[in-house]
Amino acid sequence: MTLEEELQSNVSVESSTRNTIGVVLKEHNYLGLSDCSSVGSSNLSGLADDDKATISLKATELTLGLPGSQSPARDTELNLLSSPVKLDEKPFFPLLPSKDEICASSSQKNVASGNKRGFSDTMDKFPDAKSSVYAEKNWMFPEGVANTQAVVKKEVAQNIPKGKLSTTNNSSSPPAAKAQIVGWPPVRSYRKNTLATTCKNSDEVDGKPGSGPLFVKVSMDGAPYLRKVDLRSYSSYGELSAALEKMFTTFTLGQCGSNGATGKNVRNETKLKDLLNGKDYVLTYEDKDGDWMLVGDFSWEIFIGVCKKLKIMKGSDAIGLAAAPAPRAMEKPKMRA
Amino acid sequence: MDRRFPFKVLEHIFSFLDANEDRNSVSLVCKSWFETERRTRKRVFVGNCYAVNPLKVARRFPKMRSLTLKGKPHFADYNLVPDGWGGYAWPWIEAMAARRPLLEEIRLKRMVVTDECLEKIAASFRDFKTLVLTSCEGFSTDGIAAIASTCRKLRDLELRECNVDDLGGDWLSYFPETSTSLVSLDFSCLDSEIKLSDLERLLSRSPNLKSLKLNRSVTLDVLEGLLRRAPQLVELGTGSFSDELDPEEISKLTKALSELKQLKSLSGLWDLLPEYIPVLYSVCPRLTSLNLSYATVQMPDLVDLLSRCSKLQKLWVMDMIEDKGLKTVALCCKELRELRVFPSGADLDEEDVALTEQGLVSVSEGCKKLESVLYFCVQFTNAALVTIAKNRPNFRCFRLCVMEPFAPDYRTQQPLDEGFKAIVERCKDLRRLSVSGLLTDKAFEYIGVHAKKLRMLSIAFAGDSDLMLHHLLSGCESLKKLEIRDCPFGDTALLENAAKLETMRSLWMSSCFVSFGACKQLSQKMPRLNVEVIDEHPPKTRPDSSPVERIYIYRTVAGPRQDTPEFVWTIHKNPEVGVSRLSTR
Repeated sequence: MTLEEELQSNVSVESSTRNTIGVVLKEHNYLGLSDCSSVGSSNLSGLADDDKATISLKATELTLGLPGSQSPARDTELNLLSSPVKLDEKPFFPLLPSKDEICASSSQKNVASGNKRGFSDTMDKFPDAKSSVYAEKNWMFPEGVANTQAVVKKEVAQNIPKGKLSTTNNSSSPPAAKAQIVGWPPVRSYRKNTLATTCKNSDEVDGKPGSGPLFVKVSMDGAPYLRKVDLRSYSSYGELSAALEKMFTTFTLGQCGSNGATGKNVRNETKLKDLLNGKDYVLTYEDKDGDWMLVGDFSWEIFIGVCKKLKIMKGSDAIGLAAAPAPRAMEKPKMRA
Repeated sequence: MDRRFPFKVLEHIFSFLDANEDRNSVSLVCKSWFETERRTRKRVFVGNCYAVNPLKVARRFPKMRSLTLKGKPHFADYNLVPDGWGGYAWPWIEAMAARRPLLEEIRLKRMVVTDECLEKIAASFRDFKTLVLTSCEGFSTDGIAAIASTCRKLRDLELRECNVDDLGGDWLSYFPETSTSLVSLDFSCLDSEIKLSDLERLLSRSPNLKSLKLNRSVTLDVLEGLLRRAPQLVELGTGSFSDELDPEEISKLTKALSELKQLKSLSGLWDLLPEYIPVLYSVCPRLTSLNLSYATVQMPDLVDLLSRCSKLQKLWVMDMIEDKGLKTVALCCKELRELRVFPSGADLDEEDVALTEQGLVSVSEGCKKLESVLYFCVQFTNAALVTIAKNRPNFRCFRLCVMEPFAPDYRTQQPLDEGFKAIVERCKDLRRLSVSGLLTDKAFEYIGVHAKKLRMLSIAFAGDSDLMLHHLLSGCESLKKLEIRDCPFGDTALLENAAKLETMRSLWMSSCFVSFGACKQLSQKMPRLNVEVIDEHPPKTRPDSSPVERIYIYRTVAGPRQDTPEFVWTIHKNPEVGVSRLSTR
């Protein structure tokens, strides 16, 4: 029995007695395994108005955070009674906006290894707010359980790395991060953060330098209060950027244009600048000398050594700030060493 | 003939009413009872800060001494509510400061509290005694310093899992120099280091201190000195438990712990090293509450510890305890009432799963008083659930999180419907339930039919259709809070059961198939419900059929709130107005 058939047979027949359209899986729909017409049918059976026929199936597909996004792959006029959507057209996992975008970016990244997600290599190209949905701390997801899930999981894991997902703070933490859903398993962020720090602490014991948390204040133009971040809990600009985006998401909504362009394979430092420059905000920092500089020119290690404060400024305000000049020429060789 | 009791008599009788539910019922009887009750209520609880206007609450209860408020929806704990959603404490603090200066206690959960709020509290309530902030954010240690320095009668200062802008440990030095009235101090969620001398001096001049929860930065080598200054502690949350101590220090610490004759609760224990477990032996026999959920110790060490805790009533632990460890708990901790097993995030290999459903089955057999469970597990079976239900019909809170969404019974591949049926059938007193694993509409039919006392239900990745929601809303009579994510039901059940929503505190739905049109209809149909759409990616046009990302529906007598951020859309009652953000920003 294929997975599909097996899952379908699990669905009790009673659901079909109520559906006027067809009997198909409901609960597995948003894994993309079933006939898409099932999505609409549950809505149909009760709705009175004529909008039924125009209910956009793909739009009602369970995707975290993107029901309204314009995506070429989504056919908003999809006829409910049309032939079942082919399996490979739909993303397996609701986190991914659309197969289209996934495919577009697949050239950018190969699956890191096995089931690993290439988070650290994939920069968020989505609007900020979305990264707040996706910037889930790297929560472990246990390996496949039921055998019937095995196929799903493999497919899921395959697809995720191709997707454009934001980096998380702990992309360098313990490997084999499986499919990650926002807020799942339901463990409080406080607890997750604490355990993540435990992992990091044990990493540090293993030989990395780092002498404890390095807190710097982060302020943002227009934000009512400032936050603090521990620079040592990140290992790249990408992670820092993702974390900041998440923190200040409320204030930057709508700033970032939709970055559909993909295929870039760039260093994290440049990505950070690109990303922020795409919006109206730039990330700046105050160094040991009290000067305000644009973030991104030094290597990460050097940066955390000199950064005293962070500030997310409006692009227009940051015009006077140059990238770090001459010193960089001297620093770079050291970085490489 | 005047048949009414004299006010004084009524007042006296009502003074015996503690539970707010009773007081709420009493206040509905007639006007004079309403008046009497409101003049005598001291402890005010508002489960949803947007359900009622703060000024009205302040005016209604002239004798209020204690205020408890909850803000954000529960799923905010799991990052499902974007930052900036709301839950601001300020309007409440402001209202109370103006009208109820005799307020002594403020307890807030999931709210945004600013330094301004804390300063206002310090400045306005001269007898202020208790501040408990759980899962709150928006303030810094400066605000804490204001409380410490100004509230001369401060008894309880507890920051539980808050997100604090930690500007350093100075705040600790702001407590009055003369002896303090501190009974409970919890700063376990703060990050930065505090000055040891500040803390030691504070302990020395706080003879009433019963509960002390340190933060992680307090190292093990200083713990002994602290404990010597506070041997009367009943609750202790240690700091980090991992530094290198020499034998003499270890023996001193062991002695100091054994001197805590009143100690009943132990927590903290961050990074607990196995070699330090014997240090804790002396306190184990008296412990009624033990939180090992941040202690990354393995099963053998846990067994070592837990086998000595015969009086334990509450145990929080990570899944490293494994089935074997839980067997020990079942054997040794006969007084256990509450068990929470958290996932450690360790990469679990399919063959190596050492914490299974069996662990919970053992505990349900051995611990006859067990009534509250939170259990994270990779997989489960119907048979286990049925056994657990048979063993423990006295569950009041049963939260099972099968971490694999849609995981069926791994032996039979069936949905877990029958298992949860057993739970709700047998546990007649069940107040809170979280379900998981593969579930069809049938499971919810069972819940609707049997779970008559259920007040709070959490659901994720379950069900087949609208029937699921319909069963719940039409069946669960006592349902007050329902939170659902990633379930495939839509508008029908919601609209059909609209009236039920006014009997509940709130309904949260995210990543379901609810359409915008249904939200509008619901809002227009039910004037006393706020229907809020949370949409971080609002489309340019929003036809009625378009789905919404998340909705949060709650009953309120305060009307739509005025502080919604950009991504929250309140559906207006007036269909012509449509949808907008009412924010005045």
